[in-house]
Amino acid sequence: MPRVIPPVPVRDDEFFWTGVAEHKLLARSCAACGLLQHPPTPMCPACGGLEWNAKELSGAGFVYSWIVSRHPTQPDAEPRIVAVIALDEGIRMVANLSGVDVKDVRNNMRVAVHFEDFDGVTLPQFRPAAPEGEH
Amino acid sequence: MALTPGAAAIAGIGHTEFSKNSGRSELQLASEAVRAAIADAGLTPADVDGVVTMTVDVNDELALMRSVGIEEISWASRTPFGGGGSCALLQNAAAAVTSGAANAVVIYRAFNERSATRFGQPNGGGQRQGPPPGWSWYLPFGLDTPAKIYSLWYQRYMDAYGLTNEDFGRYTVVARKNAATNPNAWFYKRPITLEDHQNSRWIVEPILRLLDCCQESDGGVALVVTTAERAKDLKQPLVTLEAATQGHNRASADVMFNYYDKDLSRFSAAEYAARQLYGATGLTPADIDAAMIYENFSPVVFLQLEAFGFCGAGEAAGFIKDGHIEIGSTIPVNPHGGLLGEAYIHGVNNVIEGVRQLRGTAANQVSGASRVLAAAGHSALILGNGN
Ligand SMILES: [Zn+2]
Repeated sequence: MPRVIPPVPVRDDEFFWTGVAEHKLLARSCAACGLLQHPPTPMCPACGGLEWNAKELSGAGFVYSWIVSRHPTQPDAEPRIVAVIALDEGIRMVANLSGVDVKDVRNNMRVAVHFEDFDGVTLPQFRPAAPEGEH
Repeated sequence: MALTPGAAAIAGIGHTEFSKNSGRSELQLASEAVRAAIADAGLTPADVDGVVTMTVDVNDELALMRSVGIEEISWASRTPFGGGGSCALLQNAAAAVTSGAANAVVIYRAFNERSATRFGQPNGGGQRQGPPPGWSWYLPFGLDTPAKIYSLWYQRYMDAYGLTNEDFGRYTVVARKNAATNPNAWFYKRPITLEDHQNSRWIVEPILRLLDCCQESDGGVALVVTTAERAKDLKQPLVTLEAATQGHNRASADVMFNYYDKDLSRFSAAEYAARQLYGATGLTPADIDAAMIYENFSPVVFLQLEAFGFCGAGEAAGFIKDGHIEIGSTIPVNPHGGLLGEAYIHGVNNVIEGVRQLRGTAANQVSGASRVLAAAGHSALILGNGN
C-alpha cells in the first residue's frame, strides 16, 4: 500500500471529496451557464455566477501526461503512476493509474475511473478502458 | 504599459559565498549581501529608501533595516511565485524608482535552502496542505516533490517531440562546463561528461536524473536599483533595465501545477512574457547576446529557449546538441553555470550574472555583450549597457 497524504477539503471543494467517498466523480458546473470548472473556484469565470451544481462525470478520458512517483529516500511498497487525465467532458484532473504495468502506459491511452481505499483515504483511480482504439 | 526602456538601472550587486551549510542565520546572509550591493554601488545604507524581496523570503524588512543600518524606507514590496518571479523583483524595484516612489531600492533574497528548509523534500517538510494552491488535488496522488510536480508537465513535452533524458543531459554538460571555470560556482573545477549525467540516479524515471536537478544552496544575493540618470554618477559602469515583466495567464491555472494549459508541450506564460519584453523594446532574439535562463530542472531551459524565440517549437534539443548555447556561439546560456552549476539562490544569482556580463567582469565573459536576457518563465527582463 502506498502511503497517502489525505486531502484537506475546504469550502470550495468539499463536494468533490464527499462525492469520492460515495464513489462518484464530480465537478462544479455553473448553475447559470453550465461551465465546468476543475479545480473548482467560488465564482464562474464565464458569467460571474456563484451558484454551482455538482455534475457527475462519465469518468472516461485519456492519459494526457504521466510519471512514476517514487519516494526519494524511503523504499516504496509499489511505485505509483501519477497522470493528468483529460476527461471527455473537457476538463483535466490529476489522479493515479492503477491496474496497468508501467511499460504499457502511453499518452493518449483511453482510461476509465474507479475508486480505491488507501489506509482509509478514498481516491479516484484510472485504469485502461475496454479497447476501442486509442484516442 | 511597459516600463520606459533604460529608465532604471542596476547600480550595485552583492552576494555571499554559495555553500551547502552557511553556518549563519538567513538574516545574516541577507545583511551581508545587501551591504555588499550597497557598497558596490558606492552608496551607504542611509541612501537606500526601498526594499523588495519575494513573498517566500523569511527575512523581515524591518529586521533587515536594523541589521544593515538603513534609516527610513518609503517602499517595501514583495513579488509572488518564488523563483519563477525572480525577474519580477527588478520590475517592482524599477517601478518604484522611475515613478519617484523611492530613490534607491535594494532587492534581496537569502536562505539556508540546503542546511535548513529543503524545498526538494517530500511535501516540503509537511508544510504544504490545503489552499492555496489546492494541494489536495496533487499531494494525495503522490505529487509531493518539485521534481515530480514539474515532470508531469515535462513528460508531455518530451513525448510531443520524441526527446529522451539524454537530450536534457546535454544542457547539464554545458552548465557544468561553465561552472567549472567560475570561482563563485559550487561546482567550480568539476565539469561532467554526458556519460556522468547518464550514470546519475533517476529522480523521476524516465524524465529527470539527479544531474537534471538544480542544486540546493545556502546563500544570499542583493541588487541596488535606481534611475539610470542617477546611476550614471555612481561607481559602476551603467547597466540599464531595458524591460522587465511578469508572465502569468489564466490558462496556467497554477504556477507549479501547470496542468490545465491547452498545450503542455509549450510554456505559454513564458511566451506571453517574451511578447511583453520584445514588444516594449523593439528587440528580437537575434539582438540578445547572452541568456540567463532559470532552471530548477534542465527541461525548462528547452521550453524557454523556444518560448523566448531562440529556436522553434520542439527544436531546443537539436539547438543545444549543435552547440548554439555555448559561450562564443549563437546565444550563450548561463555562462556562470546557472542554478545547476553555480548555485540555487532562487534565480536571483542569474540576474547578478547578467549585470556582470554587461559590466565586462564575468568569470566567463561573453565578448562584447550589450543585451542580456534573464528569463524565469513567469517573469523575465532584458538588461543593456548603452552600447
Ligand atoms: Zn457561469
